[in-house]
Parts: sequence; C-alpha cells; structure tokens
Amino acid sequence: MPFIPNTDSDRSRMLAVIGKPSVESLFGDIPEKLRYPELDLPPALSEMEILREIEALAAKNLSSSTCAWFLGAGAYNHFIPSLVPAIASRGEFLSAYTPYQPEVSQGTLQAIFEYQSMAGSLFGVEAMNASHYDGATALAEAVLMAARNAPGRETVVLPAALHPEYKEVIRTYLEPLDVKIREYAGTPAAAAASLDPSAACLVAAYPDFEGRVHDLSGVADAVHAAGALLVVHADPILLGLFKSPGELGADIVTAEGQALGNAMNYGGPFLGMMGAASKYVRKMPGRIAGQASDAEGRRGFVLTLSAREQHIRREKALSNICSNQGLVMLQACIYLATLGKNGLRKVAELCWHKAHYAAAEIAKLPGFSVTKDIFFKEFLVKTPVPAQSIYDKLSRRCVVPGLPLSRYWPDRTHELLVCVTEMNTKEQIDLLAASLKEASK
Amino acid sequence: MNLRPEPLAYELSAPGRCGAALPEPDVPETALPEGLLRDDLPLPEIDELTAVRHFTRLSQKNYSIDTEFYPLGSCTMKYNPKANEAAASLPGWRTTHPLAGAEFSQGALELMYRLQAMLVEIGGFKAASLQPAAGAHGELAGVLMIRKWHRDRGDLKRVKMLIPDSAHGTNPATCSMVGFETVTIPSDADGGVDLAALAAALDDTVAGIMITNPSTLGLFERNIEKIAKLVHDAGGLVYGDGANLNAITGIFRPGDAGIDVMHFNLHKTFSTPHGGGGPGSGMVAAGERLADYLPGPIAVKKDGRFDMAMPKAGIGRLKAFHGNFGVLVRAYTYIRMLGAPGLRRLAETAVLNANYLKAKVEKVYPLKYGRGCMHEFVAMGNFVEGVHTLDIAKRLIDYGFHPPTIYFPLIVPEALMIEPTETETRETLDAFADALLKIAEEARTEPELLHSAPHVTPVGRLDEVAAARCPILCYRG
Ligand SMILES: Cc1ncc(COP(=O)(O)O)c(C=O)c1O
Repeated sequence: MPFIPNTDSDRSRMLAVIGKPSVESLFGDIPEKLRYPELDLPPALSEMEILREIEALAAKNLSSSTCAWFLGAGAYNHFIPSLVPAIASRGEFLSAYTPYQPEVSQGTLQAIFEYQSMAGSLFGVEAMNASHYDGATALAEAVLMAARNAPGRETVVLPAALHPEYKEVIRTYLEPLDVKIREYAGTPAAAAASLDPSAACLVAAYPDFEGRVHDLSGVADAVHAAGALLVVHADPILLGLFKSPGELGADIVTAEGQALGNAMNYGGPFLGMMGAASKYVRKMPGRIAGQASDAEGRRGFVLTLSAREQHIRREKALSNICSNQGLVMLQACIYLATLGKNGLRKVAELCWHKAHYAAAEIAKLPGFSVTKDIFFKEFLVKTPVPAQSIYDKLSRRCVVPGLPLSRYWPDRTHELLVCVTEMNTKEQIDLLAASLKEASK
Repeated sequence: MNLRPEPLAYELSAPGRCGAALPEPDVPETALPEGLLRDDLPLPEIDELTAVRHFTRLSQKNYSIDTEFYPLGSCTMKYNPKANEAAASLPGWRTTHPLAGAEFSQGALELMYRLQAMLVEIGGFKAASLQPAAGAHGELAGVLMIRKWHRDRGDLKRVKMLIPDSAHGTNPATCSMVGFETVTIPSDADGGVDLAALAAALDDTVAGIMITNPSTLGLFERNIEKIAKLVHDAGGLVYGDGANLNAITGIFRPGDAGIDVMHFNLHKTFSTPHGGGGPGSGMVAAGERLADYLPGPIAVKKDGRFDMAMPKAGIGRLKAFHGNFGVLVRAYTYIRMLGAPGLRRLAETAVLNANYLKAKVEKVYPLKYGRGCMHEFVAMGNFVEGVHTLDIAKRLIDYGFHPPTIYFPLIVPEALMIEPTETETRETLDAFADALLKIAEEARTEPELLHSAPHVTPVGRLDEVAAARCPILCYRG
C-alpha cells in the first residue's frame, strides 16, 4: 500500500523488538467478541480509479465556471488570483499542525499575524483572531461574548434580515443558555434608539441578507448609551469601499471571509472572521498570534493570550474551539496581500458598478421591480412569476439567476436575491435580463 | 528550513504596486454613495512576484509532514495522500454553490450520502451528520444531543457530565458552553477509568460521560462495555471522543460497545491535511438512542434522488450550509482507496509502529502506565535533574524532527506524547528512536545543548510571557 509502507518482513522484525508473537496480540485489551468486525464497505480502488469516480460525481454539480452565475446569499463567486491556491497548497503550509512549537512554525505564525493585521485594517479594529469555523459560528460566538460581557442582560438583538442559516446557528448555540433572542425589522439606527436595559448587544448586518447597506453612523453611540455592545457582521469585499465597522464604533466584528480568495466549494471550508476593539481582546475567543522576541532579540511570532483557551483553562475557557480554519485563513491572507490597497478597492468598485447596471437593466423588464434601498453587490428583485420557477428554468440553461427567497420563507414566492460580482461580464448580465424576461412571459 | 528573517508584507509595500490585474468596468458606471465610503484602506501594496516569494519563504519556515517526521501525539499526523488534494480541487466541487438546490447538486449530495454510510459502518452507528467543522464542534453537537434527549423525556435535572482526568481540554470546555457542570473522574493505577469513582459519581443529575477510547494515554479502555452499562443503568448517555480512532479502524467499532454518539476527526484518522490549524471535520455519528437528534441537515436518498433533510428531533444547525465539504471529499477519497482491509492494516500498523518506538525508548524514557499501547504512548522527560520535557522537545528539532505533544495529558508529569502513525517507515522510526536516546545521553553529559535548543531554526525560544503581557497583535507601522 503506497501510504502504509511497512512490509510483512518489517512487521516481523518489529514484533521481535516488541517481544510479541503477532500484530493481533497487540490488541488484547479490546473485548474479544467485539474484535475484527466485518466491515461492509465498497472494495478498495487505486488512485486512478477513485479519481475517475470522483470526477464523474463532481461533474454532476452546477458550476460557476460554465454558467452565468448570480447566486450569492452567503457564498460568493469572486475572483481568486492563481497564486493564492498555488502557494497555500505547498506541503509546508498544508501538512503542518497548529503552530504549537513556534520555532518550527514561524511560517504559519507570521501568516496568522499578517492576516490579523490586514483583516484588522479592513475592519478597523486592532485585534482579530485566527479564525472560526465560518461566518455563522463566528457571529454566534460574538453574541456569546457580548452576553458574557454583560451578565444580567439576557437579550441579544438580531436583524430580522440576517442570513436565516446564521439565525439557526445562533439559536443552536444559545438554546441551552439563559439568553433570549429578539429580532428587529427596521434599520439598525431605529433598533439602537429603542434598546432596553435587558439588551447585551445589537447585531447589525452590513449589508443585511437582502443586500441593504444601512448607514451605521450614530448607531454605536446609541447602543453604548443603552449599555450594550455593537456587533457588526460585514461582507469583507464591501469593506474595500465602505466605512469600516471599527470606524463606525463597533465593539465586535465578524464576517464570512470565503470571498477573500476561497472557492465556493459547496459551502465549505469557509472562514469565520472575528475581531474586537482592543479593550475586549482578553474576552475574545479563538487563537491569536502575537509578536515576540527570542533571547537574541530576533522578532518572531507565537500563539498568545492562551489563558482564554480550552487547553489551558478547560471548563473555564471562553470557547471550546481548538482546530479552526487555518488554511482558509492563509488563503485570505495571501489574497489580501496580493490585491492590497488598490486591488481590493477595485474589486469592490467593479461589484458596485456591475450590480447597479444589472439592477437598472432588470428594473426595465415588464413586471419586475428592484429595491430602492442602497445596496452593494446583492439586491432584491420582485418577480412577476414565482422566483423558484424562474430559477429552475434558467439554471437548467446555465443562467443561475439568484436565490428565490421562498427557499427560506415559503410565502415569499415572488422575490429573487440577485448577486453580481466582478466575475460577471456585461454580456452575462444582459443574458440574465433577457432570460428573466423570457422566463416570466 | 529558511533561516533568513522575512519582513512582513507591510514592510515590503511600496505605493502604487498591486499583485493582481483587474479589468476596467465593462458597464456604465454608477455614482458611489459618498457619505458611506471609507477614506483609507491601509493594506500593503506589493507586486505578484514579491507576494509569491514572501509566502513561499514563509512556508519554508515550517516543519510539516511533507518535510519532517511529525509524531505529535493525539493529532495523528499521518501522510495526506496527494490524491485527496486532486479529488478535492476538481472544478465541479470548487465552483459549485451550497444553495444551488438538490436538482443541481446531485454529485455533492451523493458523495455526502455515501460518506455518511461509510463512517456509520466504520464506527458501528446508525446515522451520521457531516455538519460539525472540527472535533470540538462535534463535541458541542454530541453534548447538545444528550441534553436534548434528556429534556425531551422531561428530565431537566441532568446537568452534570462526567469526564475522565485524562481528557482533552475541549471536553470540559464543551460542557461549559451548554451550561453543564463537569465532574472529573480519576484514572486508576492502570490508566483506565476508576470504576469505583465512576459508580460513586453516578446519580440522577448526571447527563452522561465523555470518554476517549483509546484514551489520551494511548491505552485502550478495557472496561468500555462496563462503563457504558453503568452510565446507561444510571439513566445517562455515553459520548465518545473519537480523536483516537486511528488505532482501531477495522478492529473495533465504538458503537458496538454502547457509545451513543461520537465525533470522528476526519482531519486525523482520514488523512485530511491539518492546514496549520484547520480546516477539519468533526462529523458525528449516533446509535439507536440519539440518531434522530443529530444536527442537520444530513444527506438522504429518496426514489433514487439525493437531497438534504433535518433529523426528526435534531438539535438544529451548527454552521451555515453543509459542513466543511472540501474536507469531506478528501476523507471520502481516502476511505475508498483503503477499503475495509486497508483500514484494518492502517490501525494495525499505527499500533505496531507505536509499540515498536515505545519498546526502543522505554528503558530510558519512563512510562507512567507501562502496558501495551495503542497508536501512541506517553513517556516522561524528567529523568535527569534540571532537564525538562520542553528541553528534550526543542532538542529534537535540531535532529530534524517535529517534537511530540508535550505536557499533555495533564495526569502524566513532564509528558511526551508520541504518535508515529502508520505512514512512517521502520527506518524513520529507528532514526527518531536513536535521536531520543542520543538526547537522553546529552541530557546527562551536555545539558546546555538541550537548554539552549533549538539551534537550527530562524528564531530561538520566544518569550511567550512578555508577548502575553503586552500583546502586539497586528502590524503598527
Ligand atoms: C483527544 C482530542 N479530543 C478533541 C480534540 C479536538 O479536536 P479539534 O481540534 O478538531 O476541535 C482533539 C484535538 O486536538 C483531541 O486530541
């Protein structure tokens, strides 16, 4: 077997050193009647055979590389510079563990530090952690952090227009605790103005699930005046153009970072981003890299503030998180360094212009109407016929028009959430408009 | 290993540079919303080649499985076959979307469905959910399931979880996340769960036990059936921490011994790369009692079509979308390449390799629990006055080996937890044993060599205390 190298003759020599008669005799502690179950598994395949089989499976999925793609809703089709996967797939990064031995993990540790620095710049906060499982769990942990910060304040206030799957995750995380969830329908500013003293935090989605970009100026002051924390969950690509949550006074920031150099991958692995104003850093869960020096004064990096974590504090830890999304974070790090100041702004501008062109074209179609709210790359369209039927018809012809909201809200049958990124050409947008028109006849 | 200091990306920056070319807009432009825009985006400005060199050089500052032996106990640092990577990076996976809908995702759903079935079979369970993104996330799933099972029976007073003192830190931390109190159960002289202490702790406030088998001591829990029965008889349920499944694939199925729910670390046993911290997959499988309580959605098959569905009494969602899908493709590929005989050979070899290493060094590196080990063993590094496990670990780096896990499990003083895995040759194990023995000699004759180690790395030991006292967590210009 190519990756179990020791041969039967190696085995005999090793057993002689151990002083055991057989490999089976190494398993004497296992209850005999339970030993060696017959496993009903498909027969082993060679590499060539398994790759052939998997290629056939992979080919059965709708692909953004062959379709005009306008579906987002939490997983985004953005451009990934070739160097990002080329470098992140180097074995030295790919096959290393969590950097517990800093002297032989400076590559990973410096990359985490650089990621924290660049993500911190993007979000306008000093302290970022090294990742959570995804945007939903990052937000759930942020809400838990806010609740811990204000014992006695038992409500967390979420936007009604938060990604429905994120709401489900937050419900799962909060269910066993004495924390209640309240939702607000209007703007974050209106919700902030009417916070009551039971609120531990207000969450603002930037943009919200329906694509609206709310003006968050003044929100932080109102939230703080009510004694609560402001949590902003943002699209990192939007932050290439729009004011950062930190600049707007957010205490905790979270994001889904997939858009930063990671493929859609059927929804995972993704990147949970979390950061906080520096005064809250010791209350923030997750691994954090920090700068350090050795006895000769050379700069290096270590995992730090670990007194917050499970391996040190066990039941008193801030979270149980251990393995995170290291490699996905590394891709985001390489992406941010490569695009940099000018490139990320340009990506964001392309999304803005193309999305607004698409919205204008769709608004011209008979029976269709488009949101009047400020949006960035994703916007809500009212359709003259059920959006799911449009979706099915168009997707079969490789124009994936967006997310029919009836997927999450069965009664919202005539609404389509359309996402346009820098990857969509004018030709594709025109094709979308023409196809929508035809499908609604 | 690259020893030269590498500047930060920010320190390589020069105004006006960019590492990626983007097209000009091909649509009429729309005015930007002035009042909402940021003034400055303080990111580095570097060209493509500078970025490539920078990150390539950083990679060369890591020890990794692809470059060194990496016997990090409890982490199963086995070789990650390149076929896994080829399979996971197919465009049909990378470019497909979690909300495309079942009709348009039949390949992804079929793979998940088949993987669930294979893992259920390997573990001896009834159903599985691929939602959890890592082991700790799987623990959260399992403990929430146990909690809900009791509550659905109207039993609200079960708020304690029993945890052996050898357990990983994620076990007690998980209990705190769901508001459970943890009760530590001591180990007996043989390194197993102390049955008398367990019996004494069991009452009608106990929700269950979290048990790791083989334990973090690398020992198989001989009383596993007895423990499960004691806990079940007292009305509790049994959680299995499956981090150490690598010792027993094809040899023992935890579900057969009464484990009600278990997480599998696909990033350990099933060879998906650890990526310098993740992503992993901590999928959970459950037996009869808890199958309906799994987190969802899970892949199902109806009339020959694949779809997603929420389990009947499930605890809900643990993350957006469908788990760490790319990790699932890798684990699927790996299991299909091994088949049942390969899985058995894997565990046998992992255990053989660990026992071989143990036999070669145990006369010098004492063990607290001497019986035959499974896939790993825990030695002690305190056999020379003034020399510590940390020093031995750092000196191993000079010999070109990644250190074992150190100071864990907590119940073994000066622990050195060594897990060779099945993918190493006898020659590598010999070289590692020789290095350990040589270092033991040096500890007596030239302890300074150990205290000042490592000597072959870009930095020496870093002052972690100072780093935590005045944290610098980002570049400050
Ligand atoms: C015994 C044990 N349990 C649980 C975990 C947690 O797994 P993860 O890091 O995937 O969350 C680990 C991993 O280090 C472990 O070794």
